[in-house]
Amino acid sequence: MATIKTYLYPVWIRIWHVINAVSFLLLIFTGIALHYATMGTGLIKFEMAVNLHNVCALVLTFNYGLFVIGNIISGNGRFYRSWREDMGANLWVQLKFYIGGIFKKESHPFAINKERKFNPLQKISYVAVMYICMPLIIISGFGLLFPETVVISVLKISGLALTAFLHQIMGFVLSIFLLIHLYTCTLGDKPGTLFKSMVNGYHEEHE
Amino acid sequence: MKTPTRFFSLLLLAAASTLFAQPEDTLKLKPSYFEVNDYVEDNEACLICHAEMKFIIEDTTTGRSTHEHMCPDRIIDREVFYTSVHKTFSCTDCHSYDFNTFPHNVETRVEEQLLCMDCHGYDETFAQYHFEDIEMEFQESIHNVEEFTCWKCHDPHSYKAFMRNADDLEEAILYDNNMCLKCHANFLRFTLLTDRDEINILDTHEWLPNQAAHFRSVRCIECHTEINDSILIAHKILPKTEAVQRCTECHSSDSRLMHTLYKFQSREERKGGFINGVIINTTFVIGANQIPALNILSFVILGLTLLGIGFHTFLRIRKQKTD
Repeated sequence: MATIKTYLYPVWIRIWHVINAVSFLLLIFTGIALHYATMGTGLIKFEMAVNLHNVCALVLTFNYGLFVIGNIISGNGRFYRSWREDMGANLWVQLKFYIGGIFKKESHPFAINKERKFNPLQKISYVAVMYICMPLIIISGFGLLFPETVVISVLKISGLALTAFLHQIMGFVLSIFLLIHLYTCTLGDKPGTLFKSMVNGYHEEHE
Repeated sequence: MKTPTRFFSLLLLAAASTLFAQPEDTLKLKPSYFEVNDYVEDNEACLICHAEMKFIIEDTTTGRSTHEHMCPDRIIDREVFYTSVHKTFSCTDCHSYDFNTFPHNVETRVEEQLLCMDCHGYDETFAQYHFEDIEMEFQESIHNVEEFTCWKCHDPHSYKAFMRNADDLEEAILYDNNMCLKCHANFLRFTLLTDRDEINILDTHEWLPNQAAHFRSVRCIECHTEINDSILIAHKILPKTEAVQRCTECHSSDSRLMHTLYKFQSREERKGGFINGVIINTTFVIGANQIPALNILSFVILGLTLLGIGFHTFLRIRKQKTD
């Protein structure tokens, strides 16, 4: 069986992705440490967790800015924008593949190529994560870092508390996304194929 | 000084501002003062000088007079006094009648002052305030040094029971912290009781992240006193080496803030559904504020996700083996 290699991940995306991944993991770890801080000795000292969380958040935010600008300049953004009318049906086709077809050795319903970098499920989840969840977590995080910028009270509840709850919920949603993202990345031809793509830039698929 | 002439010249005195009780001065006496105090006019004998920035001293023999600044520590703001806890008092309820002599003689000036316990101690009327416990805490406090009395923090001419009736917690925190900063941020006052060369609150708290947010959101005594559940406000000020420096003392589900700042908050009703919920009325403390329902929900979703991934992996492995 011949292997088709498509260059889909240019250097800037791979660099962005690795910075995103490292800062994401550190933010989740320190975020959990802060949320469940205890009087005893936890996994990490509270003040160190705060500092590390703040630094990683700044890195993530800067990196997110590069991602948005890079998408505009390089044209990579078109993979997130091109919505088809039958998106709903396509989502169902992709989902059926994951819950059934994959075990029957069926081929991927949406071949990945230069025109279509993501399958419909990837596309909708990436759009939700990168253009809804990320801005929300960055803005709420900014509010927590600079509490004086947050509205004092909303319906007699501290604006800071509401901002923090939004931040925590988004953090959790993104953590769950990361787990699923990591798992679906093992669904290539071989479990390591898609991870390799993010290293060398080539998407590999057997004919 | 010993000659009669000298003696009388020193008595020259100046019934200072009595001379200057101009019509505009009477405007300084608001009707609200008369509503709360029966001795407003008597008190004016003192306040005519002690509520002003300056007074006039006059030599009645030579007719010479001069303006003097009133020492800031001796200035009493009428508005503040007549809205304080002691608003009903006459000056001579606490101070000697000898102060009616001007200039005040030394014996009068160094008279033994009444302290809180002299009126409030061991009296059923004030039992709810636990003055006896406060006194005991003070005895064990780092503040228990010579010449340090209740008045150093609680000026009887201006004191308000802010925390007890706090509607605006931020304002109450500011009021409380200003009590500390009155000396700890004012070297001139600080030197009255210590020989230390300098004080710099900002430097000594440099280790504290988000310093401004902390200073605005909690009182100094949150970290600088020992918790005492029997009184509203702890008075055992600890040496600085024993002050709280571990973040998780406040930033955890068993936050000490619930035993200090938020101890008797009247707005406890928003406790339901939140851990340390009363805090979120005014602010948010990372680690201390959690929503148990959301915590549980997050564990359920995480568990289901891992279960789904595990099950999918299991089916893939099984399929691979059967192929």
